[in-house]
Amino acid sequence: MRRLALVALSVALSLVSACRLISAEVVLSSPAECAGQRADGITPEKVLVGGVYPLSGPASAYAAVAQGVSAYFAWANARGGVAGRQVEFLVRDDGYQPARAVEEARRLVDSDRVFALFQTLGTPSTAAVRAYANQRGVPQLFVASGASEWGEAAYPWTIGFQPTYAAEARVYARHLLQTRPHATVAVLYQNDDFGHELLTAFEDAVAGTDVRVVARRGYEVMDADVQAQMASLAESGAGVFLNVGTPKFAAQALAADAAMTEWNPLHLLNGVANTPSLIAALGPSALRGVLTTNFYKDPATWETDPAVRTVVSAVRRHVPDADPLSSQVMFGWTSAAAFAAALERMECPSREGLMAAARDLRDVELGTLLPGITVSTGPGDPYPVEDLRVFRFGDSGWEAV
Amino acid sequence: MSAGLNTGLNTGTGPGTGTGHRRPAVGQYAGDRRPTWPYPRATLGTAVAGAVSVPFLVPPYPLHQVTLVLVYVVALLGLDLVAGHGGQISLGHGAFFGIGAYTAAILLSAGAPYPLTLPAAGLVAYGLGHAFGRPAVRLSGVYLAVVTFAVAVAVPPLIRRLAPGGAMGLPVRTPDAPFFTGLDDDQWVYLLVLAVAAAAFTLMRAVVRSNRGRALVALRADAGAAELLGMRPAAIRAHAFAWSAMYAGVAGCLFTWTTGFVAPESFTVTLSITLLAGIVIGGLGTVSGAVIGAVVVTFLPAPGLVSGLALILVLAVAPNGVTGLVRRAPAFIRRDRS
Repeated sequence: MRRLALVALSVALSLVSACRLISAEVVLSSPAECAGQRADGITPEKVLVGGVYPLSGPASAYAAVAQGVSAYFAWANARGGVAGRQVEFLVRDDGYQPARAVEEARRLVDSDRVFALFQTLGTPSTAAVRAYANQRGVPQLFVASGASEWGEAAYPWTIGFQPTYAAEARVYARHLLQTRPHATVAVLYQNDDFGHELLTAFEDAVAGTDVRVVARRGYEVMDADVQAQMASLAESGAGVFLNVGTPKFAAQALAADAAMTEWNPLHLLNGVANTPSLIAALGPSALRGVLTTNFYKDPATWETDPAVRTVVSAVRRHVPDADPLSSQVMFGWTSAAAFAAALERMECPSREGLMAAARDLRDVELGTLLPGITVSTGPGDPYPVEDLRVFRFGDSGWEAV
Repeated sequence: MSAGLNTGLNTGTGPGTGTGHRRPAVGQYAGDRRPTWPYPRATLGTAVAGAVSVPFLVPPYPLHQVTLVLVYVVALLGLDLVAGHGGQISLGHGAFFGIGAYTAAILLSAGAPYPLTLPAAGLVAYGLGHAFGRPAVRLSGVYLAVVTFAVAVAVPPLIRRLAPGGAMGLPVRTPDAPFFTGLDDDQWVYLLVLAVAAAAFTLMRAVVRSNRGRALVALRADAGAAELLGMRPAAIRAHAFAWSAMYAGVAGCLFTWTTGFVAPESFTVTLSITLLAGIVIGGLGTVSGAVIGAVVVTFLPAPGLVSGLALILVLAVAPNGVTGLVRRAPAFIRRDRS
């Protein structure tokens, strides 16, 4: 027994000196200005990128974002790649559960050895992955969530993409102050950081004006429906209804609003809920007059736009399962185009180089963004897209207001 | 027939029942401790050497998975005290696991040093285990399952409402490797978890071989006879349940160290059921059952058709789990030769 223990101990000690048989990371040695930077998952010919999306679960409507991203990379690869590199894009499912998102991110980074995480979807999952990505020093780029916290300097490896929920809330507040300065507002919100940020920013923006929030009800992602919340909001008799939900719950709220004939408020639908599945499920009559905001071209409205036609034909060819007229597909395509812009602008082919490029995009124009809106970052400006336009649902689709 | 389908769970079947005066064959009942393997020391030495060398041989992601296996080994060692040795069903161990994980996470995010979180998580789970186990085990049989099921259902919503982070979960820092060791952080965490698992294993051996441990097994075998001999079923079972909850809490703390992230949906009733399925598949009442069960818990796909069928298959083919199957193997081989 003692001899065995000694053998075990000596084996262990000899291994401690070797430390790790399989070296964990690729480190650049040249050129001089890039020396010491980390370059796992990237070669002059290829770059490996991983994304975590809710392909199942309560937010599975966002799976189309992953299809849009896949379509963009397939399209770019067919045209010679991004800056000469073929992009290999791995998609993982987190079911909109933050714990699973962390597991999948860990698997992508440690097992598949991806160069960067592009992208994580949803505020809870992104917040959960952020701690891990920043501990490991892995870029977590252009996350699909509009929380303001992705601009925090404490997390240098994470950067957002779309306008923040706070910016969106201010757009609604400004629109109401211009069109209905004495409005009473009822709010349905998702009880997490996403819902709280939009609600708080809206209340701050209307503070001191005659626009008043008279009722608000939260729901949990695990809830079955929002009937009880809607009934209690209807009792307030508010003139405006602000719908701060993810697609499934936002659709339930829209259906409930359409069904309640005695309560007919102006319906403000937050941008992330505006998915084709929601529109298809409810039909145009339930949506007529609803307001929302957007920053990229809705493929159904901009069908004749050349950039949109490129997207539609590329999606048809490379991801035949996807609906090419889906706005979520367009969102994925647009954010992937921004990612490609950052890849092209890397000075060092390393994780550090990618973050430096993503934080120094100067007025990058993308064909699928609305006219006048650009991707722009710089020192002190960690928010790539900051502009939004208001749209109203007409007879069959969204129309600019 | 009844012996053949015996799962060891609360059926009262064990040595001396169902088969008259003949001793049942090796591997036929849960908690059978008769030796069948001829080289226990050499095996233990090899296992120790293997376990210590793993972090230096495998890449980061498989190492993370092996660490998780060890975490679940600790939880299953604890669950086995109730389910295997005690012959009762607990559906609440996922909740105690979560309580331990959240205790550690909250302390870590408040700035406490990580060694402190381990006893804290164990104590909190032990206290709650006493609080819930004491009334529950006074009721016999299936009532413990019902009460613990209620705990498992209630804990995730409570975490969502009361714990910091709510439904969003709570990211925390994981233990850093001390500089002088020259190890990576994940290697250090593995070695910490391995050390705790080894200590948990040693302690559990002592508990099972103690008077109370023997009394627990006696209660499972024949509660009436045990009571006639002066054992107090309620007190013994309540203690066993609290110890078992403490193991789950300690495992939860190790889970937090390993993953650096806790969220309410990680500790739903699904986890409790998976843990119970793991120990049943692995084999009740044995250490190797806990290890095999932990591998099952770590790598089993999310509960659904595949895992359900796997459970049914194992119970049909090997009622005492994979361990029971393996223990029966030498007897089969000998019979073939003669």
